[in-house]
Amino acid sequence: MKFDKPAGPNPTDRMRILGKPFDRVDGAIKVAGQAPYSYEYHDIAPNAAYGVMVGAGIGKGRIATMDTRDAERAPGVLLVLTHRNAPKMFGQQKKQNTTSQESSEGSEEAKGAHAAPQLQGRDIKQHDEAVAFVVAETFEQATAAAHLVRIGYSAGKGRFSLTEGARNAKPNPEAEDAHVGDFDGAFAAAAVKVDVTYTTPNQSQAMMEPHATLAMWSGDQLTLHTSHQITHWSTEGVADTLGIPHDKVRCVCAYIGGGFGSKLEVYGDAVLSAVAAQKLGRPVKCALTRPQIFNHTTHRPPTIQRLQLAAGRDGRLLAMGHTTWTGDQEGARGELATEQSRLMYGGANRKLETYIATLDLPKGGSMRAPGEAAGLFALEGAMDELAEALDMDPVELRIVNDVQQDPTTQDKVRPFSDRKLVECMRQGAAKFGWDRRNRRPGQMRDGSLLIGHGMAGGIRNNMVKASGTRVTLQSGGRVLVETAMTDIGTGSYTINAQTAAEMLGVPLDRVSIKLGDSLFPKAAGSGGSWGGNSSTAGTYAACMALRTAIAARMGMPADAEFVDGQIRAGGRSIPLASAAANGPVVAEDTITYGDLEKTYAQASFAAHFCEVAVSAVTGEVRVRRMTSAFSAGRILNAKTARSQCLGGMTMGIGAALMEALQVDERFGYFANHDLAEYHVPVHADIPDLDVIFVDSLDTKSSPMKARGVGELGICGVGAAVSSAVANATGVRVRDFPITLDKLLPHLPKVA
Amino acid sequence: MHTEPTGGVSRREILGTGAATASMLAAPAMAAVTPDKAREADPPLVRVMLTVNGKPENLTLDARTTLLDMAREHLKLTGSKKGCDHGQCGACTMIVEGRRVNSCLSLAVMHDGDTITTIEGLGTPDKLHPMQAAFVRHDGYQCGYCTPGQIVSAVAMLEEVRSGAPSFVSPDLEHAEYSDTEVRERMSGNLCRCAAYPNIVAAIGDVHAGKKS
Repeated sequence: MKFDKPAGPNPTDRMRILGKPFDRVDGAIKVAGQAPYSYEYHDIAPNAAYGVMVGAGIGKGRIATMDTRDAERAPGVLLVLTHRNAPKMFGQQKKQNTTSQESSEGSEEAKGAHAAPQLQGRDIKQHDEAVAFVVAETFEQATAAAHLVRIGYSAGKGRFSLTEGARNAKPNPEAEDAHVGDFDGAFAAAAVKVDVTYTTPNQSQAMMEPHATLAMWSGDQLTLHTSHQITHWSTEGVADTLGIPHDKVRCVCAYIGGGFGSKLEVYGDAVLSAVAAQKLGRPVKCALTRPQIFNHTTHRPPTIQRLQLAAGRDGRLLAMGHTTWTGDQEGARGELATEQSRLMYGGANRKLETYIATLDLPKGGSMRAPGEAAGLFALEGAMDELAEALDMDPVELRIVNDVQQDPTTQDKVRPFSDRKLVECMRQGAAKFGWDRRNRRPGQMRDGSLLIGHGMAGGIRNNMVKASGTRVTLQSGGRVLVETAMTDIGTGSYTINAQTAAEMLGVPLDRVSIKLGDSLFPKAAGSGGSWGGNSSTAGTYAACMALRTAIAARMGMPADAEFVDGQIRAGGRSIPLASAAANGPVVAEDTITYGDLEKTYAQASFAAHFCEVAVSAVTGEVRVRRMTSAFSAGRILNAKTARSQCLGGMTMGIGAALMEALQVDERFGYFANHDLAEYHVPVHADIPDLDVIFVDSLDTKSSPMKARGVGELGICGVGAAVSSAVANATGVRVRDFPITLDKLLPHLPKVA
Repeated sequence: MHTEPTGGVSRREILGTGAATASMLAAPAMAAVTPDKAREADPPLVRVMLTVNGKPENLTLDARTTLLDMAREHLKLTGSKKGCDHGQCGACTMIVEGRRVNSCLSLAVMHDGDTITTIEGLGTPDKLHPMQAAFVRHDGYQCGYCTPGQIVSAVAMLEEVRSGAPSFVSPDLEHAEYSDTEVRERMSGNLCRCAAYPNIVAAIGDVHAGKKS
């Protein structure tokens, strides 16, 4: 099904099952500890050997010497893989023969886009890249032997500082800059302006399940149970790495213990387990150790952001300048922190520029709302500063600068598909009690605590991806949904089951659902907040095809209604189950898209309101309450969508107050590489959080009329917190996170 | 510039030398161990008898096996999760002799004779423990990976509060009482990156209050 015209009325509008706060359909097995994650398949691989990766001890340089003899002789050791005996992988192989099957698959990216070669030579490009892989009969033996691999390094000089790198940064080819009107002239002439620089640090996704893979071969067919957010990216990545056809690799990603962008890429656990399993002729499994995760896998790259905002006395933006610097390995993207500034507010004169410095730190990647999460810290922080300079309420400042069409696209009018930022602001403000805020900083106290209120807006670009589903009406009238879509905690199992139940007019408990197997129809996967909307749109398409097939089989018109377990048309009503009396009815379809994404600006919106208490004695900041309002089109399950927002808000509080990877610029690695040193919010950091969904439907986004919600929760939160801190203390910290050492020197003297 | 690896170089010494002269070993602490000694270093197997979820278990284990890996890899009880293997995340929480522990920080051989409850011992998908059911009802989880640890921890934590044991936030050290603040403090060793925290606190509140639905 091609979605190329705005959606009209369709069966999803009944909302009998969609939208309702159903408990997760995978809930019972998760809370009982019965959901199998990738490392936990004893039933199918009882004899799996244990692989342990050895990571490089330097950030840049070469392996000078390597002695594996002790490791090889250690008890239980089956194999020690290093650059000396690893097979040649993508980039090192002779020209690949692309099989006809692969080219016909029409992969959307260049071959090798997801490849992740390991152990391909002596050169070290990042700390904790794989330098050896030790496989043994037991985990304990493999772990001990991994410590016996003796490596001498020749350390090279690396570029590890963004502050230094920014001086020679180049325009970022991954970002679209914008120059509209006369920015310099308008900024110079404006009555009120702010010109401020914010910085955001490297951050880690820190999902709870370490990256893990079980690899097993049957002949030339490889099966991986692996923790990856997008089944076919994993399949293509591993196949291209090893130089084998995509159809020789099956990836099962049935349960994934969180991702937040980290599991969009293939890492050493998958590739090295696959290689070792082939060499040993038996299954091999590997989980990265927690300390390896922080340097071996991707992270959110750092930013330096200069905001130049100028307004008239009425608050209307006259000039909007956002220049950002980021850093990453050669060819990698960095953090595209100007993204949201294209769409968020008006202003006739605009300058958006993005620069990137080449760094030799671990390769950056996606972390929840890449771009916006970091960019909104600065944009919304600067908007708060502008409101202060104008002596204007920060909500009102946003409202006067709201736009209903893309303010940056010059050549044509590009309206928003559904923009309810102002409604988010108004509803959030009312629920929070924003009208009782004291605009003057440092005026509210609660004993030794300084109290402050802050707010910020949020935006997350909406993306859609092709996604396929197979739906089967089984004998007895049960419905089976199968798609390669993944559920990383987002609720995909539940919302896809709800979609099928709604479309076919059956109760939710009549639907069985299987996800995360590359043998199922290729699906959108979980990334960029496109998964929920796109995968359910695929399930919608498959259900429409199934309805057509069922109607044809039963001699009913194509527009028959499917409701209450019945098929109804023209006064006739027959039980749905009767359609499968002579065997199951199967339909498969894939949703694809036209150019509605281009003709309409599509984004989800948020507004956050936050109260903090800052200790006047220690500078410690605690979030006391937060109300956030969200507009994300149709909410497919009110319970799971709320949880996604809670998760985003919490990660935003973490980013505001504690999360930062500390770069050791001598050696080029993240020094705080575990969960004791990289601080993420814990129970005691997070109060009850209040989530509001603003009613909306987005008919330009998909037949589900939904948009992305998974990353929206984090967008803008940090600025709401920082603005609340500024309101509480009068101190504006522009270098995130706002740790107490940055506040304390500026707090009033305690008597 | 490079140097041949030599024995006995500690990480601390390397860190002091600066990047340009770095010469590192993957495992400095083990660097002095000779091949023969490495063989000798493999610890003997040890017999462990303990009760897990009401079932007596009699295991012969590598002495280095953690309580967590004993459950996950030997008893195939994979409900207890390995999130960090460093006692930093709580995903591995088990109840040992009535007290919650991070099972990744405890060797199995230290628990000979002990009675242990894992998530599998609390309930099954068809017959959930009230805490498990409350987590489903309140969506006290998302990806599900920290969830068994949260649930096991919560069950034991309620017992700690009932026994009157104080926490860092207890106003009265003699008579600790249940409150959301107490729950947040006492559950802070169980990380949830999906951040179902408010829902978890609500689920625990239900169980504390004896609510069934």
